[in-house]
Amino acid sequence: MNKEPGMTLIVKTVTRLTVGIILLYGIYIVLHGHLSPGGGFAGGVIIALSFVHLMLAYGKDVALKKISMPVASMLESFGAILFISIAFLGFIGGYFFFHTLGKGEPFSLLSAYMVLLSNIAISLKVGCGLFLVLVSIALAGKEIKK
Amino acid sequence: MTDINLILILMIFGSIIAIETKDMLSSVVIVGVVGLFQSLAFLILKAPDLAIVQLVVEILSLVILLRVIIRKEESEPQPHHDYFPMLLGITLSALVLLFFFPIIHELPEFGHPIMRVAKEYIETGLGATGAPNLVSAIILDFRAYDTLGEAVVLFTAVCGALVVLRKTGRKKSGESETET
Repeated sequence: MNKEPGMTLIVKTVTRLTVGIILLYGIYIVLHGHLSPGGGFAGGVIIALSFVHLMLAYGKDVALKKISMPVASMLESFGAILFISIAFLGFIGGYFFFHTLGKGEPFSLLSAYMVLLSNIAISLKVGCGLFLVLVSIALAGKEIKK
Repeated sequence: MTDINLILILMIFGSIIAIETKDMLSSVVIVGVVGLFQSLAFLILKAPDLAIVQLVVEILSLVILLRVIIRKEESEPQPHHDYFPMLLGITLSALVLLFFFPIIHELPEFGHPIMRVAKEYIETGLGATGAPNLVSAIILDFRAYDTLGEAVVLFTAVCGALVVLRKTGRKKSGESETET
């Protein structure tokens, strides 16, 4: 019917209202991973799902304008490097993955620094990785259809 | 106890329907329903971390499966009359049941495990790591090696997907460099 990519107006309007809330919830799950249920993996998947939501409703060009493929690839590699550098930081105290970063005040947001930083690293890795997989599936499907 | 049994029975029925149905789209949808019941079962068994992960991963895999199914032109699975794999499966299941039947009543009662390993983590976890969420404390501090292995597996999977489905660089030897 309409020439522009993506779904109908209803889906686009609902997406515009909800996609920010989904992204915010993912970030909340990541940052509170050491206090409440959740963690890096679940939060990363929710962050990826918010971009996938945008991609399904508006077409992949809009989603790729928000975060392009090289940027996503770089962020994923940055997450991997951050996690392995946390692991190597343990050599200061003694052995691999030894927590040298301190514990902080329990039950506050900035505490258990090693768990917090690992959650952020894993969420970057998982979110950008799964988003890249879905984008490449969409691109490959378009190429086959041609 | 009855709610978890009900959920398990519904999951078994859903799996059978997902295998037996002829339409690929409804099969994929029922696989998603089974995954959501799995998430509910984790929630009832008091594992909210696992429930969240199961829920979001199920949604993502449903999106991926739907994309793959919709792109495919002929989604009708061919009916096959090969009974050998089915017979093999039934025979192997019966053999496993036969060998494990004498020790089934020796297993600990459901819901009453003896917390030998977990006890130490529960007692010292908060003091050693400073994280009140013990699941995060275990997977990112006590057992961070496992998480590193998981991250490596995911990294390899993403690299493989990007290499197989890449858009640039897929050129034959005869083509010129300036194209695309």
